[in-house]
Amino acid sequence: MNLFHQAQCLICHEIIQPLMGWRAIFSEEKELIICPTCEGKFEKIQGEKCRICSRLFQFLDERFRHGDLCHDCERWEKDPEWKGYLDSNHSIFIYNDFFKEVMAKFKYRGDYVLAKIFVQSIKEFLWKTTPDLLVPIPLSNERLYERGFNQAEAVLIESGLTPTIPLTRIHSEKQSKKSRLERIHIPQVFQVDHQIEIIGKNILLLDDIYTTGSTLRHAAKLLKESGAERVQSLTLAR
Amino acid sequence: MRFLLKDNILIPEKNKEYALPISQIQTIPQPSLNPNFPYNPDLQLLLSGKQLLLDDLPFPLDEIQTHYENGYITYRKGIEYSRNKPVCSRCGNKTENWFGQFPCSRCGEICLYCRKCLMMGRISACTPLIGWNGPTPEHHLPNRILEWKGQLSLGQQSASNRVVETVNNMKELLVWAVCGAGKTEVLFAGIESALVAKKRVCIATPRTDVVLELTPRLKAAFPEINVASLYGGSEDRHLYAPLTIATTHQLLRFYQAFDTVILDEVDAFPYTVEESLQYAAAQARKPESAMIYLTATPNEKWQRECRTGKRAFTTIPARFHRYPLPVPHFNWCGNWQKELKKDKLPANILNWIKARLENNKQALLFFPHIRLMEKALPGLRKLAPDIEAVHAEDPDRKEKVQKMRNKDIPLLLTTTILERGVTFPNIDVAVIGAEDDIFTECALVQIAGRAGRSKDFPRGIVTFFHYGKTEAMLKARKQIIGMNQEGVRKGLIDE
Repeated sequence: MNLFHQAQCLICHEIIQPLMGWRAIFSEEKELIICPTCEGKFEKIQGEKCRICSRLFQFLDERFRHGDLCHDCERWEKDPEWKGYLDSNHSIFIYNDFFKEVMAKFKYRGDYVLAKIFVQSIKEFLWKTTPDLLVPIPLSNERLYERGFNQAEAVLIESGLTPTIPLTRIHSEKQSKKSRLERIHIPQVFQVDHQIEIIGKNILLLDDIYTTGSTLRHAAKLLKESGAERVQSLTLAR
Repeated sequence: MRFLLKDNILIPEKNKEYALPISQIQTIPQPSLNPNFPYNPDLQLLLSGKQLLLDDLPFPLDEIQTHYENGYITYRKGIEYSRNKPVCSRCGNKTENWFGQFPCSRCGEICLYCRKCLMMGRISACTPLIGWNGPTPEHHLPNRILEWKGQLSLGQQSASNRVVETVNNMKELLVWAVCGAGKTEVLFAGIESALVAKKRVCIATPRTDVVLELTPRLKAAFPEINVASLYGGSEDRHLYAPLTIATTHQLLRFYQAFDTVILDEVDAFPYTVEESLQYAAAQARKPESAMIYLTATPNEKWQRECRTGKRAFTTIPARFHRYPLPVPHFNWCGNWQKELKKDKLPANILNWIKARLENNKQALLFFPHIRLMEKALPGLRKLAPDIEAVHAEDPDRKEKVQKMRNKDIPLLLTTTILERGVTFPNIDVAVIGAEDDIFTECALVQIAGRAGRSKDFPRGIVTFFHYGKTEAMLKARKQIIGMNQEGVRKGLIDE
């Protein structure tokens, strides 16, 4: 271990003071990515949550809870057009102000290296489940050119994983500028690339944020209609 | 994106076989100016003196390319390599760990980008920086330029003359003016003289608050002149104006734009620690231009350069109201941090505070660290429940400062965040733990400069409570006394 190497926090740029102790000396050195202060500002999603979308019941009014489902998922699952496409969603962090700030820098300002922050969480999630295909939610070509990279794909690549791209996205207005109703009632925004084997596959979709879940459900629907066996999703936050 | 070099002209081209990211092209050819080309005047207004990204320009690439081919636009490499080390052309960053890389969908390669100036839009190895090479827009000059009718003090007048001289001769000048000297007015004649000569002027300051405060004052002084006010998120982003007031960060978007640059508070954070801002200021001025530095507290290096004649400077040693600067008193207060651990404060500090509360005299109390300040707050609130504390990340900072101005707060505890820029008319000032490293000579002079600002209350008490005098404290007091003596000698102080 190099005592003179000073790692800088990827978020706040402060020098990270490594914790000294027997463990630090005898165990393999973990690359220091962010400082403990910034790390402390991320809140993991923990506690009782919706069986499908991982929404925490803790912050949800009882009226919007239906057994082990939240009101939104209950609505999706009652709708014959949408029922059963997305098997489940897992989200890692709470979409708090700090997360928003980090995401804005990563995605909109285009600070690609911030993808590294999420590597550990992605790897931990994949210890528990082994999908056949890792599919990042695609950006339209226009948006991809504008941003320079796809944020979901970036996280996979930085985790040392290989993304599969069976979906393409038709260019439309930014999601974040639409209401829930508008998002749900838009026609299919994705197209499937039939060159890629999907039939019978267990697929994990990856996206940055779960808001209404409509993007993920559109993608899941198309993949299942094209023969996928199981479609789960993982988002960095919700 | 990628460019193809063909017939000594760069052409945007997606084909990877022939085209290269701009940083990999040895020399960027610049087509000569075609005088018959009908250039777009909107593009001229937007781009004159700037260095922007394609994403900043609301014009199609075709149009930009035609302007380039006719010599009206320049393409520069976003990232240059000097001895195989990358340097960001916009902010001058060359520190390795301030660069990142990513698989870029624009050039299809692993592309290096600058993290230092990312907030102004990402510059990567395949990014061209776009500039203007055509004629600059014409200023239309109104009949009357400076409408300010005020009277300069003697000290201000002689500094003002030096500023005018410097502007006209395209030189550099440091204006060393004490806190409360009235340095804005000192600039007016120099700005007028530049505008008359159809020169472009910029006033840059480290903080947005100051841009917001200066803008209306300059608009009032130069009512017929277009003034662009630039800070993060401001609406004037694309406005071409003869007079620009900007945060130093915004200078990153300019390139050889100004004939006169006035840099305010050159000793202040973040200008002093961010090399990129010093680089930005240097880039924003034309090769042939004047530079005026303003400060109340030049750092030691600059002070030495002034003393040894290596730096042109002028001082305004006295305040406009002709009273001397309050000289700080030093009061030893023992190990105050130890007392604070027991939720106590040394008796002399407490007495000082109680005296202010009894006499209804507002005061600012400076602490070296947030933690210590917050430890002291509950105890002090027992003396007066309205006492407040502020620090840099306090979301209610503005409200609390306003409450202090409205006299709703008897005593305001603060970190060094309020050391400059704020004026309360009638206050006393104390520093608790003046021995701390955070209180540099410069910080202490600024802090002392908070007292006695107004002509109705020109006196204020400044006390440094300390657990051992420091060099910085002594130098600060020496600097203040020295300025007062110079003020008396030059007849700028009435006693």
